Amino acid sequence: MKFTIGIIAFALFLTPGRSFAATSPDTSSFAAVVRDVQPKVVKVFGAGGLRGLESYQSGFLISAEGHVLTVWSYVLDTEFVSVVLDDGRRFQGKLVGADPRLEIAILKIDSDALPHFVLEPTAGISIGARILAFSNLFGVAHGDEQASVLHGNVAAHTRLAARRGAYQTRYHGPVYVLDAMTNNPGAAGGALTDQHGKLIGILGKELRNAHNHTWLNYAIPTSEFTKSTSDILSGRNLPRLADENMKLPAAPHTLARLGVILVPEVLDKTPPYIERVVADSVADRAGLRPDDLILFVGDRGIPSIAALVSELRRIDRLDEVKLLVIRAEDLMEVILRLE
Amino acid sequence: MNAPRRQEHGLLACALLALFVYGTSGSTAEIPARVLKAEQQRITVMQKAAATSISVFDGTGQGGGSGVVVTADGYALSNFHVTSPSGAFMKCGLPDGRVYDAVVVGLDPTGDVALIKLVERDDFPNAVMGDSDTVRTGDWCFAAGNPFLLATDMQPSISFGIVSGIHRYQYPSGTLLEYADCIQTDAAINPGNSGGPLFNESGELIGVNGRGSFEKRGRVNVGVGYSISINQIKNFMGYLRSGRIVDHATLGASVSTDDEGRVVITNILQNSDVYRRGLRYGDEVVRFAGRSISSVNGFKNVLGTLPKGWRVPLSYRQNGVRYDRMVRLAGVHAYEELLAKAASKLTPPMCPDQHPEDNERPQRPAPSRRKLSSKVPGDVPDGLARFYTARRGYANYYFNVANRGRVWDAFMRHSQFFGRHGIWVANGELQDGRSFHVDLDADRAAASLDTDLAHINGALDLSSQLEPKGSGGFLAALHVWRRLLTLGPRQFGDVYYLGTAPLSGRDGLCDVLIAIHDVVESWFYFDPSNGQLLLMEMYPDRDVDPCELYFSEYSLVDRCLMPHRIEIRYGNTTFGVITINRWDLAVEAEKA
Repeated sequence: MKFTIGIIAFALFLTPGRSFAATSPDTSSFAAVVRDVQPKVVKVFGAGGLRGLESYQSGFLISAEGHVLTVWSYVLDTEFVSVVLDDGRRFQGKLVGADPRLEIAILKIDSDALPHFVLEPTAGISIGARILAFSNLFGVAHGDEQASVLHGNVAAHTRLAARRGAYQTRYHGPVYVLDAMTNNPGAAGGALTDQHGKLIGILGKELRNAHNHTWLNYAIPTSEFTKSTSDILSGRNLPRLADENMKLPAAPHTLARLGVILVPEVLDKTPPYIERVVADSVADRAGLRPDDLILFVGDRGIPSIAALVSELRRIDRLDEVKLLVIRAEDLMEVILRLE
Repeated sequence: MNAPRRQEHGLLACALLALFVYGTSGSTAEIPARVLKAEQQRITVMQKAAATSISVFDGTGQGGGSGVVVTADGYALSNFHVTSPSGAFMKCGLPDGRVYDAVVVGLDPTGDVALIKLVERDDFPNAVMGDSDTVRTGDWCFAAGNPFLLATDMQPSISFGIVSGIHRYQYPSGTLLEYADCIQTDAAINPGNSGGPLFNESGELIGVNGRGSFEKRGRVNVGVGYSISINQIKNFMGYLRSGRIVDHATLGASVSTDDEGRVVITNILQNSDVYRRGLRYGDEVVRFAGRSISSVNGFKNVLGTLPKGWRVPLSYRQNGVRYDRMVRLAGVHAYEELLAKAASKLTPPMCPDQHPEDNERPQRPAPSRRKLSSKVPGDVPDGLARFYTARRGYANYYFNVANRGRVWDAFMRHSQFFGRHGIWVANGELQDGRSFHVDLDADRAAASLDTDLAHINGALDLSSQLEPKGSGGFLAALHVWRRLLTLGPRQFGDVYYLGTAPLSGRDGLCDVLIAIHDVVESWFYFDPSNGQLLLMEMYPDRDVDPCELYFSEYSLVDRCLMPHRIEIRYGNTTFGVITINRWDLAVEAEKA
């Protein structure tokens, strides 16, 4: 009978209970995983510093050559974005590009042979699985101090759009909702990993429910931003270069013909905000409104009025113009057609 | 196959079938034994650790915070900002459901630490102190305490988490409540958790929880709590046991990071010890108190964990040359300033409606008090009066007297100096072979080093008699030493227990007594293992180097344990090493 009990005890490890064990609380430390991940996590410092606007956020390396994925925010609205590695090395971060739909941006620092995450479009994690969140929340870490690490579990895999209206966000796609308080000030752009340190998402911006004032802790899954990241890195959404060898149409679109009047161009890179829309113009009928900010023409990012004018010059008047604009906190697609 | 064997196989098949069925239905029967074992281990560790966690209330049983008992005779740690509204007396609830009276022992307003003592028992469950320098980011940890004052039955709440960051620096509020080299955790730290313990996975005490980053989400945990490292508290434990209001250290110089990322001196006081050790503006700080320095916060992290008065190693680079020096640390505050600030904090630190402008600064999770009492209760609880003596500059002078007596009694265990008021004579030789002779009596000290003669008059101002030249006051130091030995601390004048401090070249900490005679302040370092006096530092004045006498090679002379080797150091040099071949301690010499 003792033999039988021994067999049963052994069998316990062979039954489906084993899979439970694999996801059950592990009493071993995450120190080794944390040690491997930390060199891939960076601290980003830039614009802000006024009341309620932190001048820092988080990011992580996605290439050995120094590409940093972070969130697209006011912190990057400066020529002097600093990226600080976990060993304390400080670099100036140059904006490579951004995806306003996902609110992500890529910075480039001048370095090489850097430890980095590999973006895997199929990376995913199941509900209930343990996660680690790496970020410089509250700007706690400076210099060679390391990012903060929080642990928790995936509480849900859902769409932010499900609560549209409650959360003021431009991103309405799939998210991991987390049971840890990961999305503190400065945490946006941080890395979400599984318990083995594999990247599974990027921590989103702070989100407060407009109805009940609770805060959401969430991350955008890697699968959602892999393609966009690849597009940004390939330069597809960058403004066209001036010397690009392209035949210009004889009769292109113009702002005047579309009925769009922009704010005065006072800076080298004046953002293309709409000051006025001519009544009953193409723009008016298409739904453009004053204070709209034009972000994209087609798949080209538009950082300035000059870039917008240049891009319109390349589109034949017979073709439609597809614009992506920000109105208040919403992203809107507007299509302009001359009739 | 025989029948019994068939029966066993049948049972096994049934068992496996049952396991499969249960295993897919989510029954507890599927949980592997190692998981259950780990769970039970965790429960056992938590139960044992939680038994040491206490709820701290003011003398009327109101207010609230947390603490942790660290010795069987009832010494417990909490936050300064938790105990300060209570004054000298408080009540502490243990998980056994009983409420004990407690008295304040020592206060560290800068580090936000309070040491209190529970009375009535000498077998309190007590936490084992771990080594917070071995804590790693990612390690499991758990906090115990009384968040939101839920523990009406005195059972602490446990919150489980990981270490989110180590070597964190959280700026002080003014000069108080500085959290240096602290531990950051995502274990929930809420109002009421202040002063409570943070344990590692093994149940060892690694920190005392005290503050968190809250910002705009209200004063509740957002996954960012900070715990004072237990190693910092270990540094201060001797000081806290002294019953004093203790101060943190400053270098006398400030640092910043230069363009090359080096930590360099940007300001230095010319009357500081580090200046006398050769440190200058622009020098690079390489190591400090045993830790490499690579950032300003790294430097502050080390400095913020050190008590005023400690002497620690500093390595700096000047013109490409590295210098390794022992430096004495001054205090962050002037004496009166510290007392004023400590007293001003005897008001509840919590501000329920936080001003928006305070949002960016990490806040302390102060307990939400049911009823606040900012005054010391007029009635001293029964049994506590004998543990409390009020004296200016002290949290509780009772403990200073007790420790002074303890150190002195240990020193005198093998010696009988009382009554030896006559001339003490020592004969010996210097390290270079020259002969040495010294006479010490109540009013005079004289020495001959070969043919060189020196003497001082003990009745006159010692600070102006620093003979022999270059020694920093060897004879004056011997005079003070003899005076303390023959009179004892009670008759000497102002003698108090500083606490514990390191001694270069020796493991562990020494007990330190400070004796003040006229303007001369002398520090006496005692070996806690045998009570022997190891070092005396005589400061003839403020802001000058002391004369240091290192005593060793003790042996009995006429019922007195006497040193037979004295090394004399002054500044950066060794003045001499004396080997004493013979001591003559006159007994009742004044009658002769």
